[in-house]
Amino acid sequence: MGFRDVILKPKFFVYLGCFIVLLFLPKILPIYHLILFESGITFAIMALGFNLLLRYTGLLSFGHGALFATGAYAVGMMGEYFPDLYRIEILIPVALAGSFVVSTIFGFICVRHTRVFFSILALALSMVLFALLVKLYNITGGSDGIHIDLPIIFGKSFEGMKRFEFLSGVYYYLLICVFAAATIIMLAIVNSPFGKALQCIRDNEVRAEMIGIRVRRYRLYSFILSGLFTGLGGAMWSFVNGHVTPEIAEWVFSGEIVYMTLLGGFMVFEGPIIGAILFTYLRLYAVSITQYWMFLIGATLIILVLLLPEGITGGFVKLFSKMKRAPSTGVA
Amino acid sequence: MLEVKELVKDFGRVRIINSADFKVEADEIVSLVGPNGAGKTTLVNLISGHILPTSGTITFLARNITFASPYKRIKMGVARNFQITNLFPDTSVLDNVRTCLFSVYGKIKRGVLPASHYRSITEEAVGILDLFGISGKKDLMPPSLSEGDKKILDTAMAFALKSKFLLLDEPTSGVATGDKFKVMDTIVTAIRREKMACMIIEHDMDIVSDYSDRVLVLSDGRIIAAGSPKEIMEQDDVKEILFGVKV
Repeated sequence: MGFRDVILKPKFFVYLGCFIVLLFLPKILPIYHLILFESGITFAIMALGFNLLLRYTGLLSFGHGALFATGAYAVGMMGEYFPDLYRIEILIPVALAGSFVVSTIFGFICVRHTRVFFSILALALSMVLFALLVKLYNITGGSDGIHIDLPIIFGKSFEGMKRFEFLSGVYYYLLICVFAAATIIMLAIVNSPFGKALQCIRDNEVRAEMIGIRVRRYRLYSFILSGLFTGLGGAMWSFVNGHVTPEIAEWVFSGEIVYMTLLGGFMVFEGPIIGAILFTYLRLYAVSITQYWMFLIGATLIILVLLLPEGITGGFVKLFSKMKRAPSTGVA
Repeated sequence: MLEVKELVKDFGRVRIINSADFKVEADEIVSLVGPNGAGKTTLVNLISGHILPTSGTITFLARNITFASPYKRIKMGVARNFQITNLFPDTSVLDNVRTCLFSVYGKIKRGVLPASHYRSITEEAVGILDLFGISGKKDLMPPSLSEGDKKILDTAMAFALKSKFLLLDEPTSGVATGDKFKVMDTIVTAIRREKMACMIIEHDMDIVSDYSDRVLVLSDGRIIAAGSPKEIMEQDDVKEILFGVKV
């Protein structure tokens, strides 16, 4: 399949259409919703990485919050300790390097196990990082966290600008470009021979080993790649939020990552993206309706697992295939 | 090519393989026969590195591989199929074979271009499926195949690894009786053409005598007889073990 085949696929036009819609979104959405949407997009970048592990490698991580926090804290610490280097073109690579290191350490320990053992190990390690972020308050700011200033983007300073102006202007376009790049890269990864190898490991690790795939090593690669996407999401999120606190390393947030992915549907490549954006709104509306919003989120999760185990996109795919089949078999 | 010496495998206090000794020469197709529980599959597992022996040595191409990892053995050229089919259920039939080829050609680490970009490998994968007569089902998922087709796919995957030595654990079990010879014809023709050595575990004595150069008889973890199919079938003790008839 060459470049031309990719362009001629109908899916390509859908993507292109979505991207164009995204470009015009600041003109349509009110500022408040736009910022909410941006935070959804950063979650989507993270969820893409998370789903590389869940869908394509068959590993459910309950510790991705820590990797997200790594990316966000990398930005925050750079602002604290190296204010001269507070430029987006330096911050992003630093965040990626940070999440590379952390995910390599986490991955090295976690991929020795699979299934629930993997999940618990990831959870435990993420809580270690959470504890460090809280306890080392003279370095990390403890539970107060770190304030995130507006970065210099390609030499352009935004000092004195209001955050919402910054977020609805240049930063929005930067964010969707990063998001588009992340989506394309992830799409390439999952369809490549490497991605196929991961799927083989997920399906049957014994056989995967017997066709000459180094199972553990490939799981580690997958974990690191996933960590990079998550860290990137964290870094991009930190500017949107304006403040990082240790809560994002806690298991509650790790659980929310799982929730987003399940909500969107992890069986479909685009599922986590949709899940992440929907989740941002869902949480907001739940909070605005009742103070027992967590109860509401939990209830939705139960309904989701019972009625739509493959998430929203999974449900749509099922519906479409049913509608397609209906005329030929005569069964509605 | 392959030499197994005084190989012993204990599972707890039960000795499954009891000092097995045999050789397989290059280009040779050897059948391994024996009653149920003789240790045939265990022997395959030991040679492929699936499990490790208690004592003894396995030498392949003059190198000691007794405790080598399965990965190393595959890179050296020992491939196997599985008696109980062992496929990648959520991956298409084509990808089941194609991933084997990516692994063989060292392209498995490529993470940028889509798998379908590697045209020659895709064509080769389709060619292998064609050879085994299941290329029409390349886009299906393995669980929707018949048991026989699954078995054939399993063998095709082992074959795709382009090994020097192929271990086939009952390649025709589960295949419809009428198709057995057709499947064996396919496999054996392909093996002969690629000049692979091969060890086949088989119960059907007609298949054994038609397709193998040599037969090894395994009983209670020991090789009790070896020779051409004809010689073997004439030995009374072998008949007694294999068919349970007192001669």
